[in-house]
Amino acid sequence: MTTHAAASTPLGFGSMRRKEDARFLRGAGRYLDDIVLPGMLHAAILRSPYAHARIVSVDTSAAEAHPKVEAVITGETLAGLGLAWMPTLSHDVQAVLATDKVRFQGQEVAFVVAEDRYAARDALGLIEVEYEPLPAVVDATHALDPDAPVIRDDLHRTDNHIFDWEAGDAAATDEVFSRADVVAECDLLYPRSHPAPMETCGSIASMDPVSGKLTVHTTTQAPHAHRTVYALVAGIPEHKIQVIAPDIGGGFGNKVGIYPGYVCAVVGSIVTGRPVKWVEDRSENLMSTSFARDYHMHGEIAATKDGTLLGVRVKVLADHGAFNGTAQPSKLPAGLFHVFSGSYDLRAAHCSVTGVYTNKCPGGVAYACSFRITEAVYLIERLVDVLARDQGWDPAELRMKNLIRPEQFPYRTALGWEYDSGNYPKTLRTALDLAGYAELRREQAEKRARGELMGIGVSFFTEAVGAGPRKHMDILGLGMADGAELRVHPTGKAVLRLSCMTQGQGHQTTFAQIVAEELGISPDDVEVVQGDTDQTPFGLGTYGSRSTPVSGAATALVARKVRERARIVASAMLEVAPSDLEFVKGRFEVRGDPAASASMAEIAMAAHSALELPEGVEGHLDATCVYNPPNLTYPCGAYVCVVDVDPGTGQVTVRRFVAVDDCGVRINPMVVEGQIHGGLADGIGMALMEALAFDPDGNHLGASFMDYLLPTALECPSWELGETVTPSPHHPIGAKGVGESATVGSPPAVVNAVLDAIGVRHADMPLTPAQVWRAMQGRPLRTDLSVT
Amino acid sequence: MQITVTVNGVEYTRDVEPRLLLVHFLRDELGLTGTHWGCDTSNCGVCVVLLDGLPAKSCTVLAVMADGHEVRTVEGLAGADGLDPVQQAFSDMHGLQCGFCTPGMLLTSRALLDRNPDPSPAEIREAISGQVCRCTGYENIVRAVRAAADRAAEAGTAAGTVTS
Repeated sequence: MTTHAAASTPLGFGSMRRKEDARFLRGAGRYLDDIVLPGMLHAAILRSPYAHARIVSVDTSAAEAHPKVEAVITGETLAGLGLAWMPTLSHDVQAVLATDKVRFQGQEVAFVVAEDRYAARDALGLIEVEYEPLPAVVDATHALDPDAPVIRDDLHRTDNHIFDWEAGDAAATDEVFSRADVVAECDLLYPRSHPAPMETCGSIASMDPVSGKLTVHTTTQAPHAHRTVYALVAGIPEHKIQVIAPDIGGGFGNKVGIYPGYVCAVVGSIVTGRPVKWVEDRSENLMSTSFARDYHMHGEIAATKDGTLLGVRVKVLADHGAFNGTAQPSKLPAGLFHVFSGSYDLRAAHCSVTGVYTNKCPGGVAYACSFRITEAVYLIERLVDVLARDQGWDPAELRMKNLIRPEQFPYRTALGWEYDSGNYPKTLRTALDLAGYAELRREQAEKRARGELMGIGVSFFTEAVGAGPRKHMDILGLGMADGAELRVHPTGKAVLRLSCMTQGQGHQTTFAQIVAEELGISPDDVEVVQGDTDQTPFGLGTYGSRSTPVSGAATALVARKVRERARIVASAMLEVAPSDLEFVKGRFEVRGDPAASASMAEIAMAAHSALELPEGVEGHLDATCVYNPPNLTYPCGAYVCVVDVDPGTGQVTVRRFVAVDDCGVRINPMVVEGQIHGGLADGIGMALMEALAFDPDGNHLGASFMDYLLPTALECPSWELGETVTPSPHHPIGAKGVGESATVGSPPAVVNAVLDAIGVRHADMPLTPAQVWRAMQGRPLRTDLSVT
Repeated sequence: MQITVTVNGVEYTRDVEPRLLLVHFLRDELGLTGTHWGCDTSNCGVCVVLLDGLPAKSCTVLAVMADGHEVRTVEGLAGADGLDPVQQAFSDMHGLQCGFCTPGMLLTSRALLDRNPDPSPAEIREAISGQVCRCTGYENIVRAVRAAADRAAEAGTAAGTVTS
């Protein structure tokens, strides 16, 4: 087991205390709601109480008469400006404020701008909306029934179908299944869940009527993408828009999209001529901002009788809510779901995915999403366990037998992915050893004999992160590249400007460490600037574990450009040819004469001085870089979860959790482990506690933290971590990204452990005490619907 | 209503609406934005302050209820001689990531160590169980509080309490 406490500052990679801690520890962080602009007004949103209803009338006169109200904006106001609808990230449209119908409970209907936040809320109660309720589509499995109410009549649709999409070779997969000795199948729901960052979403829009410049402070993981979307939606010239992401209180995908409140704040500022702040409350966050998952999967796995896995076949029904707003590459409506062949050497695999509209909040990719890889890993890791149970095989041995072998890398999967590197058997072996797997099985047998319910769950995952290669991947037509600019000042101190945006991952520290590693200077001498589109280069931002794989690569490469510029200057300083210089620990030394050398600080000063430089050399050391990833990176991991289940109540206690991750080269091991810890807690939450269910009328049953339960310190064990390190061969520093690995890998380990304990083939998450108890009675619940 | 609240040792007198929440009083009236708001329902605990030395969720306390009482916020944790040992330990052990729950976690940890200078990991988990962190998975928070306790024991001070 490894643990890393912060050490002294390394000249590059290694554990070090985070630079951002200084302000957070003192309460001196600057989050969105901490910002007060001169003359700022406050806004609140009136939301629909119905999941599906026609709007008959909206009367705002009483609200407008409130002495502290400055403006009331409705769908009609926006329609007059051509802003009632906005594009989603999946080439659909979404209502900013409803004009014709409301299509989910919590949908935005009116926007009030007032002198203070309490007055804005008061005025919501003065707006009279008359609704004509309509039947709601709640159960996705009935969304395509011939008599299902049509949700998107605005698009002149006649049903609730969004898309059909498939991947893999159907004929080859059917052939493998027809010849297989054994087949196991299972229906699996990955229920709708929510990222629920501790800071909710919000925005402050400020339109300067004189310069025509719009400044938007907002909770965004992708400030540049937001700027472009504002330009496209509102018709404001892009150079007149500045998006600023302040400190972000957690994102997890929740802060990728543009929400109606953001657009309304812009309109509110234009209408009032003053800055307008809108911050959602927790219920609004849980009811109306991007959810995650909601995949109904029917999976089949084929194998020989000696336990060689052959193929996987899967059909998915994807509940996308009322507007198709998932953040996916244009060509991939199910994201990267077709990575579901997982970590195994399979001959064939095929999936078909059907997306449907329902009367629920739009979104679909959030919560450490990895573009549907979370669903894919859950599918394959449950199927392997179901097969093992059916055949009486040990689930760890079955995995070990079928893992892709180290010598097979780079490995092309049956679904077309090229995994870059890994040593899967070593990673699984490390986890099993750390857990003491054989001893755990002995203990389990003893306890079973006494009637005690102990379970051991194993999962192995392959992540696919760092989206992505531009020929395959884009968001709204924008290629998924990221930029970096590195300025080195005359005294040798540096400023790194990035297009990605931290939400707690520690970029201010780790990206400074990448520069430090490349230039041999202290991370303390590198300032990292993010989040302000006027100050940073263009790029698509931070989600899908892409910061280190994409922006991290851009950072390493821009630092190498600076180093080569420094080589030219040093050659002029030392009067030798550039090729005679060797870069050693932050200095250029003359080969064979190390006493003749120049440090980066000396070179930086010389680069800005009167030193005569070779013809054509510009001077200074600054450089820029755009990184287009040639491939995704593929982190992996092996997890072992040990649970005890109370047979009387169904209460699950996670006693141990062993996680061995291989994310390639670790820039700051302390930060990497922190990322893993957080993801493991997410997994406990999803597996045991969290689900957004709906009643038959479409009422949201998880609209506060009293109903949507998050794991606390009492539900989480003391994590036991290990590591293997297989560098990515195509990444400049061999790093692979880690932000979502544990969120992806841990839910199946927990579920496998609980079902192992209670001896049940399958029951859907969350495995609450009620669900576990029902599963033990042979009557597991549909966890996306209300319990009646 | 006119109220007088002592915050971090400074007495503030303000005229407030009776319905004003303590969290908004601290943030909007006094500009002490280190105390955050997260859920409205007393579940998440990012708004925890010390009210007369005990952790309280300031989103569920009216400002008028704090009239005549003492409030300590994260801005009042560091002393003239530097960070509170708990603050330093959170950084050393990487007990924070996005920083949003951190002020509440720090204050609860401080209050715990003030009454129990040698808490077990289980006691630490119990103490912070009314607060949610989405980033750290709690382990490093537990380690940080233990580290602060250990350091205080080594230094021979009472639970690392700032003596100012």
